[in-house]
Amino acid sequence: MIHAIAFYLFATLVIASAALVILARNPVHSVLWLILAFFNAAGLMVLVGAEFIAMLLVIVYVGAVAVLFLFVVMMLDIDFAELRAGFVRNFPLGLLIALVLLAELVLGIGAYKAGAIALGTADGAAAPLIGHSNIESIGALLYSRYLFLFESAGIILLVAMVGAIVLTHRERRDTRTQNVAKQVSRRPDEATVNVKPEIGKGVQL
Amino acid sequence: MLDLTQYLPILIFLGVALLLSALFVFLPIGVSYLTGSHNPTAEKLSEYECGFPAFEDPRSQFDVRFYLVAILFIIFDLEAAFLFPWAVSLDLTGWPGWITMMVFLGELVIGFAYAWKKGALEWE
Repeated sequence: MIHAIAFYLFATLVIASAALVILARNPVHSVLWLILAFFNAAGLMVLVGAEFIAMLLVIVYVGAVAVLFLFVVMMLDIDFAELRAGFVRNFPLGLLIALVLLAELVLGIGAYKAGAIALGTADGAAAPLIGHSNIESIGALLYSRYLFLFESAGIILLVAMVGAIVLTHRERRDTRTQNVAKQVSRRPDEATVNVKPEIGKGVQL
Repeated sequence: MLDLTQYLPILIFLGVALLLSALFVFLPIGVSYLTGSHNPTAEKLSEYECGFPAFEDPRSQFDVRFYLVAILFIIFDLEAAFLFPWAVSLDLTGWPGWITMMVFLGELVIGFAYAWKKGALEWE
């Protein structure tokens, strides 16, 4: 009973906030609705027993990806009225992409219902657990059977990091940075001089 | 099926939070709608700031360096997220699992050293 109520609560909120992502006029508001959608999707994941995926959604998507989206939205100096003017022109393309996504969904769910994909039982419950919990099962598969995929994920992360640094990092020459070693190695006798100026004459340093 | 009863307090908390936040938002709106008078004109609804209409969009462009920090944060966040299933399933995966994670960490350490040497972690 509570399970069903929670499911319908989360599912309704996911759909509503996803619709508002598209419909919001301000792109910053869109990102905030997207964050709400992520949170509710995490709730749905908890309901089907994928606890680790739920936590991952909150940590990675809400904590990092949504922040990145916010930065991108706020960094780009876009005239959004001008952007929206191209809506009618780009409408067929958008419709095409939506149809492709719909076809993928129908194909995937159809194949799952027909039993071609072994994901678990058809009532939506998780696959039988290897260890005691969801996270243990994921770990047992990821670090033994899908080891090479995991390592290539590491390589992709490395490439992403190097790419981001190459693209956005600029050496700033006009700033004067602190040289700690030079500061620390400075001694009092080389930093100060004791002079005895004659009356009426200046000091030569 | 998974035992979800442990999540019941969180669900109750969520419900209470939803109720209270909805109350805080909609109660003042309702009260002011019922008690106040509504007589809006174009002048009353216009943007107004220190005697002038607002000059420009309040959103301004960010420095691109924020983006670099966010990207680096995502990458190390993901790396940390991969550590959790590895740590709890070590008795199932054994030495191969341990070596796998060490190779993965090694890859990321290369990236970390690169970021450090390039000065991407420094602000100025």
